[in-house]
Amino acid sequence: MENITDYYKSERAQEWRAEIRKSVKVKERTSKERTKMPEQEPTVRNKNSLEVNLGLAEKIAQSEAQRCIDCPDPTCVKGCPVNIYIPKFIKKIEIGDFLGAAAVLKDTNTLPAVCGRVCPQEKQCEAQCFYTIKLNQPPVAIGYLERFAADYERNSGKTAIPEVAKPNGIKVASIGSGPASLAWSADMVKMGYDVTVFEALHEIGGVLKYGIPEFRLPNSVVDFEIDNLEKMGVKFVKNFVVGKTATIDDLRAKGFKAFFVGSGAGLPRFMNIPGENSIGIFSSNEYLTRVNLMGAAHEDHDTPVIIGKNVAVVGGGNTAMDSVRTAKRLGADRAMIIYRRSREEMPARLEEVHHALDEEIEFLNLNNPVEYIADDKGRVQKVVLQKMELGEPDASGRRRPIPIEGSEYEIEVDEVVVAVGVSPNPLIPATVAGLETTKWGTIVVNDDLQSSVEDIFAGGDIVRGGATVILAMGDGRKAAGAMDKYIKEKIKK
Amino acid sequence: MNKIVEKEQFSENVFKLVVEAPDVAVSRKAGHFVIIKIGEKGERIPLTIAGSNPDKGTIDLVIQRVGVTSHKLTSLNVGDEITDLVGPLGKATHIEKFGTVLAACGGVGTAPMLPIIEALKKAGNKVITVLAARNKELIILEDQVRQFSDEVVIMTDDGSYGTKGLVTKGMEDIINREKVDKSIVIGPAIMMKFAALTTKKYNIPTEASLNTIMVDGTGMCGACRISVGGKTKFVCVDGPEFDAHQVDFDEMLMRLGAYKDEEVRAFEAYMNN
Repeated sequence: MENITDYYKSERAQEWRAEIRKSVKVKERTSKERTKMPEQEPTVRNKNSLEVNLGLAEKIAQSEAQRCIDCPDPTCVKGCPVNIYIPKFIKKIEIGDFLGAAAVLKDTNTLPAVCGRVCPQEKQCEAQCFYTIKLNQPPVAIGYLERFAADYERNSGKTAIPEVAKPNGIKVASIGSGPASLAWSADMVKMGYDVTVFEALHEIGGVLKYGIPEFRLPNSVVDFEIDNLEKMGVKFVKNFVVGKTATIDDLRAKGFKAFFVGSGAGLPRFMNIPGENSIGIFSSNEYLTRVNLMGAAHEDHDTPVIIGKNVAVVGGGNTAMDSVRTAKRLGADRAMIIYRRSREEMPARLEEVHHALDEEIEFLNLNNPVEYIADDKGRVQKVVLQKMELGEPDASGRRRPIPIEGSEYEIEVDEVVVAVGVSPNPLIPATVAGLETTKWGTIVVNDDLQSSVEDIFAGGDIVRGGATVILAMGDGRKAAGAMDKYIKEKIKK
Repeated sequence: MNKIVEKEQFSENVFKLVVEAPDVAVSRKAGHFVIIKIGEKGERIPLTIAGSNPDKGTIDLVIQRVGVTSHKLTSLNVGDEITDLVGPLGKATHIEKFGTVLAACGGVGTAPMLPIIEALKKAGNKVITVLAARNKELIILEDQVRQFSDEVVIMTDDGSYGTKGLVTKGMEDIINREKVDKSIVIGPAIMMKFAALTTKKYNIPTEASLNTIMVDGTGMCGACRISVGGKTKFVCVDGPEFDAHQVDFDEMLMRLGAYKDEEVRAFEAYMNN
């Protein structure tokens, strides 16, 4: 990476880049307003499951791309966990080479259509944009442009299947098929490995399928990427729980030389307050899985889901936003977020919070549930809330919420979704001898994402405990590089 | 896809299916379960494995027809395929030489009990099994149970077979007769509740194998959560077997009814189609 600055310099000096920079004056570029993402009307979309954001038209995307001044020091790239060469793809959009833009994205990002939709850009690339840090103006809409280029390629029918090296016959496997494993599998298959992805559920995609709702990330977008990986040679095995259906040892005996554990943070947390096991109280994992993966809201699907009229969702992250907006779409009159801190401390993507507000979601900030009250059939009827105030900052740097004694009050609810976080899935750590874990249950890895068992690498939420799609993908790529090195050294010996 | 290779009808609503699942057949142990799903739009339901043949690569499932999915499953025939099947899931039964073990089965609970008494017998235990059901027709797998039991007591509610009376009466007669070191109970939640109360009276350590509502079966959703000794546990990963004296059966019974209205509606729609 020491030559990366030189690389950026030489790329930036290329004729086409210099030409496009000169074609519009910087002042003209910076005087343009940031593009607004066209979206479905809030009162229409909160009754359907179609995607909220409609995507940019070609001309609009090119106009937004013009705002990027192609800085000599592209700080945005440093804000990106996988270091997408942002100015280059944006300038490709500006000149109308949309497929070229998509190719730049795919150099470092396996799933740009996904990341363009779900990355917290305001905390990453866009936070480091020249507009944000120097001009104090809204940043270039990097996320919108990433999505635009990836969607353009997908819809063009000209998606290039990346070249793969000659098969080397070495078998490697991932455990889980979420973003970390998908990114890992793409890199491994490109290097010529015989790649198998094991998935416990009956669908490939992990959290991208069971977790993130259709209105934010359509399944068709994910399936398209999975199809491409299949075309590249990745084998997907569903309904297979590594550690149960077969152990890592069984797979070693079948010739697998190394493993990537991307099994995610699959264990939902509850608050352990009275009444929490009442009927109608779900973990966000259960609620979203029923609706997203099992199609519970459709008459012709067998899986049921309770349709609440007064739905409370506890939590302030993306999963909480996904759950509360799902509840509204399924017909809730009142869909509420209950969060113990204030709006500013909510970890959700800014766009999701804005979308939720537009969709008539109520926000009960500085409130915390302390008890649930059920009717005589055990169905949740009320939640007892305690008001909170903010004290000194805690370890996370956010101001600590402090309960206000005697402030308890009740509100009526007939459904509650608990979205207060997840813990790592214990299945793999529990079935592999010698695999070192932390007290939180995450797998301990070194800088190469290699675990205490040399042929096992790990990344994503099983290591981080609960992070983002892009960080998981970054881990998958990093682990692929390290695994390749490990296998090659092993062969030499 | 998992092909059905054998089908047997035990009674009006109880069927046995032998299903191809080579990996599961090899790795499963007593107490494990699988999750199955029928069709693209099907739901995921747990079924305890009643036995397996690792050489043929098959597992045995015993299904009682109650709702939409069990009807769909039992209407499949030899040669048909189960769309999705995953397992073995859950923790295997803890097997050791306890001494005398009292195994109490209610209705189709006999099926998941079968591999457990087999393992217990092989570990050198004296196994006394109580088979209980509403009537003679609902007593299943009697011959197989006899293979792995030192004694079999049959109880029917209506007295049409064995002794007339509830499972708890059969259990108590044995407990009053000889020393019992360990008990295992499997059956409907209400049966397990009273069976557990019976052994608690005599301080006999008791395990119950629970069958709750599940979605993924790998600890991801928490639909199967119950309270054991005041703590929330997930049946799919912490169980399915728990200390029966610590299980809050009333809460479990309540949670089993979570979708009662939806289930009745879905079943009527299914039968009308």
